[in-house]
Amino acid sequence: MSSTAITSPVDQPDDRARQRSIGLVFCCTILGAAAQILMKSGANHFVPGLMGLITNVPLMCGYVLYGMSTVLLVLALKDGELSLLYPVIALTYVWVTGLSFLIFHDTANVSKLVGIVIIVLGVGVLGKGGRS
Amino acid sequence: MLLVFVASIIGSFGAVFLKLGAAKLHGGFWKIFNVQLAIGVILFLGSSAFFVSGIRHGQLSVLYPMVSLGYVWTLVWSRIFFKEAFTRQKFLGLALILIGVCFVGLGS
Repeated sequence: MSSTAITSPVDQPDDRARQRSIGLVFCCTILGAAAQILMKSGANHFVPGLMGLITNVPLMCGYVLYGMSTVLLVLALKDGELSLLYPVIALTYVWVTGLSFLIFHDTANVSKLVGIVIIVLGVGVLGKGGRS
Repeated sequence: MLLVFVASIIGSFGAVFLKLGAAKLHGGFWKIFNVQLAIGVILFLGSSAFFVSGIRHGQLSVLYPMVSLGYVWTLVWSRIFFKEAFTRQKFLGLALILIGVCFVGLGS
């Protein structure tokens, strides 16, 4: 613990570990959002049946990305606090809303935009850390 | 709506098992195949099944905030099972995220 004495208070190992974990969850939400978009576009032209499922490339890619995002979440949880990291997953809403707007030309409205800004603020609070 | 409520509770337990399983990764990356993680993933799949059936009969404006209730449960379970501290930072961050999700739901 002696090495912690020389680090400045603004850059404590605790802070950096937390930010690394939050960074991993951040990537996890991007993959998760991409997965949701792929699954949505896969579901749009879904042919029922096992072959229809296997040959549905977007849907399958969606599942793979979901798997990868779960691995990232687990890696983050390895060293991070669950109560801190789990709400960060709400960033998925931000990416999905943005991507739906770009890809599916969903309507953007004030309510969604306000919501996105507030979510980002909340994640910012969790990431910054309290100076307690 | 009840279905989505149940989904949020199941999902929060999924997160608890994911955290339990993640602790095993300290023994090396390939410890990623463990019982706790498998249970966590199954609970997540179960929760999304409830969510999908709930979403058919409800409005997203109500359902989105219900899903994010899972964050609140998880905060409580983290305290009970992992002795993680309640901090002002977590409450403020979570409150903002919940409000934000409500707004996104309202606009959907």
